[in-house]
Amino acid sequence: MTDVNSHNVAFVREDQLPQLPPPLAASGLVKWLRENLFSSIPYSILTLAALYAVYSILAGVLPWLLNGVWTTDNIRECRDVLDGATGGCFSVLTDRWSQLLFGIAYPNDQYWRPTLAFVLLFVAAAPVLFNTMPRALFIVTGLYPFLAFWLIWGGSIAIPIMALVGFIVGYLVYSRFVADSFAMGFIGGVVAALVTWWIGGFVTASMEGVLALETVPSRDMGGFMLNMILGVVCVSLSLPLGIVLALGRQSSMPIIKWICVVFIEFIRGVPLITLLFVANVVLAYFLPPGTNFDLILRVIIMITMFSAAYIAEVIRGGLAALPRGQYEAGDSLGLDYAQSMRLIILPQALKISIPGIVNVAVGLFKDTTLVSVISMFDLVGMIRGPILASTDWNGVYWELWAFAAFLFFIVCYGISQYSQWLERQLATDHR
Amino acid sequence: MTTITDPPRGAFRLSMLINDTRYRSYTFQFIALLILIAMMAFLGMNLVRNLAAAGLNISYDFLGQPAGYDLNQRLVEYTSQSSHWTAAVVGILNTLLVAFMACVTATIFGVIAGVLRLSKNWLVSKLMAVYVEAFRNVPVLIWIIIISTIVTTLPQPRAFRGETPDAEMLFGAFAATNRGVYTPAPVWGPGSLIVVLTFLASIVGIVMFRRYATKQLYDHGRDIKTFLPSLAIFFVPTLIMFFIMGRPVTLDYPALTGFNFQGGLQIQRPLIALWLALSIYTGAFIAENVRAGIQAVSTGQTEAASSLGLRPGRVMNLVVLPQALRVIIPPLISQFLNITKNSSLAIAVGYADITATLGGITLNQTGRAIECVLLLMLFYLVISLGISAVMNVYNRSISLRER
Repeated sequence: MTDVNSHNVAFVREDQLPQLPPPLAASGLVKWLRENLFSSIPYSILTLAALYAVYSILAGVLPWLLNGVWTTDNIRECRDVLDGATGGCFSVLTDRWSQLLFGIAYPNDQYWRPTLAFVLLFVAAAPVLFNTMPRALFIVTGLYPFLAFWLIWGGSIAIPIMALVGFIVGYLVYSRFVADSFAMGFIGGVVAALVTWWIGGFVTASMEGVLALETVPSRDMGGFMLNMILGVVCVSLSLPLGIVLALGRQSSMPIIKWICVVFIEFIRGVPLITLLFVANVVLAYFLPPGTNFDLILRVIIMITMFSAAYIAEVIRGGLAALPRGQYEAGDSLGLDYAQSMRLIILPQALKISIPGIVNVAVGLFKDTTLVSVISMFDLVGMIRGPILASTDWNGVYWELWAFAAFLFFIVCYGISQYSQWLERQLATDHR
Repeated sequence: MTTITDPPRGAFRLSMLINDTRYRSYTFQFIALLILIAMMAFLGMNLVRNLAAAGLNISYDFLGQPAGYDLNQRLVEYTSQSSHWTAAVVGILNTLLVAFMACVTATIFGVIAGVLRLSKNWLVSKLMAVYVEAFRNVPVLIWIIIISTIVTTLPQPRAFRGETPDAEMLFGAFAATNRGVYTPAPVWGPGSLIVVLTFLASIVGIVMFRRYATKQLYDHGRDIKTFLPSLAIFFVPTLIMFFIMGRPVTLDYPALTGFNFQGGLQIQRPLIALWLALSIYTGAFIAENVRAGIQAVSTGQTEAASSLGLRPGRVMNLVVLPQALRVIIPPLISQFLNITKNSSLAIAVGYADITATLGGITLNQTGRAIECVLLLMLFYLVISLGISAVMNVYNRSISLRER
């Protein structure tokens, strides 16, 4: 190649020119602006409109946020401090911080208990959420429900321990018999657990003072803590129920199938509020005379049923998405129904349904605010009731609602980001 | 080849009900039925005993008694002397009204936000992402309350008074106040029926004209422009008939008299708040559905359409949208259902929907908890099943016919 140009001609350049930088309009910030914001006249107009929208939002919010007052005791002092200037009275948050988080009636000196339970929740949830966590942490997950119950409600530690013992005995009996048949193991386990609890009832009665924390009745729960309790408890309880309902709906036995279909469609057809009305005013009529469930338990029952129906539909989608070959493979290995479901079908179906389940969980957590309608004092109930009605803070709407929205946003956005991360992690096969 | 023989057919033994898979399902179903009946009987007996203990009975007589409370937003004739049943009907109509309005606007918001989120304009797409995430991750109840609070900060009616008022009416016809929005109301004079009928007829005409144009395109390859003729059919006959009949339809403008507006059509504050909140909130969800639907159409489809020489607008209308709609419609249906169910949160802003009338005031006044809640659930169930039935029919009509 070099020979071609080797006649020393004057107009042929011998060395290559250094590369020039791209023109100013096609590089760096200008290029990015041209391509992303001002590529055509309609886009430029759109950009200017969006800029104006951003400006007007920021111009409204920023002075209010930055000029906020955080240290006064009531709204009049706050307005005196502001003296006509724009600014938020965020001191309502500092003044009523514990009420917003724990409600009105939770004993002040016991706030460490729900806080500890909240922190432990992350430890207990970690092995479920992240595969890379040490498996030993699952012990914490197993112990957590009993520990959290003891921490939040108080009372003797004997009660949660007996409940735990019942589960352990039930599981031991189950694993002893499950090799013979799943039904045998299951029934044996349930019977053993019930017997243990029955005996345990006498034991706990005699051990009332052992490691007793101050008892806090359910009606004293409130604030964001109540939202968290309802959300966590109902999602965890509704998952097994949802699996059972989904399997029942897929069943070939007509009676079982129709029971599940009617249950699911009925629950999904009515709004949660009507179910909460049921919990509030109707459910008591259907319980044996003299029983007195407290409201929080009735609400947990109804919300669990509600979310179980939705989770059942998500899992049904997962079951339907599995190829028939998987079911047939299970049959051809000679596994019975319980075995093939446990070992082959459900692990795959649940994996497919995880994003949907997380969506239901986020929706459910948001819906726990609805309990304020039946006059329970969750975060929204606290704000609408005791705080806005008090003479100290009557009229501080924006700060309180922005705070509530912010709390929910953090939790829900966090969960949905986790779900998207998990989807990317699980998307390793079928490529 | 080996021949497969049937399993030996012995006589039926009782143990086969548990051990033989052919009969086991009967056992399970029998047990399930027994448990169900036992549970029903348990609950029913508890109910009877509890009602007897409280001296109550199940009766729907209260529906005929006068309600004794007032409702501000109503579509049918209602006074405080009307029966509880009439109050419930007012509530039902209000629920349907706000659900319908919110479905329409939520779809509009959702489609706009979903399309803009896919825009190549960085700022706009980020802005839409913020909107979607902010509304999807905060409870609808909080949004309803926040938007209701925003509506209360609108000027009071008396701010519109005086020589230099603090607030002004839009075009002299619309007034947004903290009591609601006032708009002109149509007054139907004699002969207006003919104008309305003409209008309906011209809409039918547009549909038929478009069908004809499509048929021409498919059968003869003739491309008839439809936009301008449709516009003409939409306006011209109705306007001509309007003037022939001597302008029978007039507008009643709201006017400020004393401390409040008189005349016109008042859309009350709770309705505005609930409507806006539901449509903005659900709009964020619909935006995500729309985005997913458009992204589900592979770029190969767009490229193939462009290589056939179709212009961008036609690529969207003829190739991308019909395929995206198939993905969008099913989640859209469940969003409409969600709007209907979420409209029950009207109780938080004082809008007189069915939950607030039947499930709220009527329940508290009469103490008929079981009957009220049962009727309430029945209503929502009928609505939900109705909407999903109608939408499923529509969904089936546009779904892909696989061979």
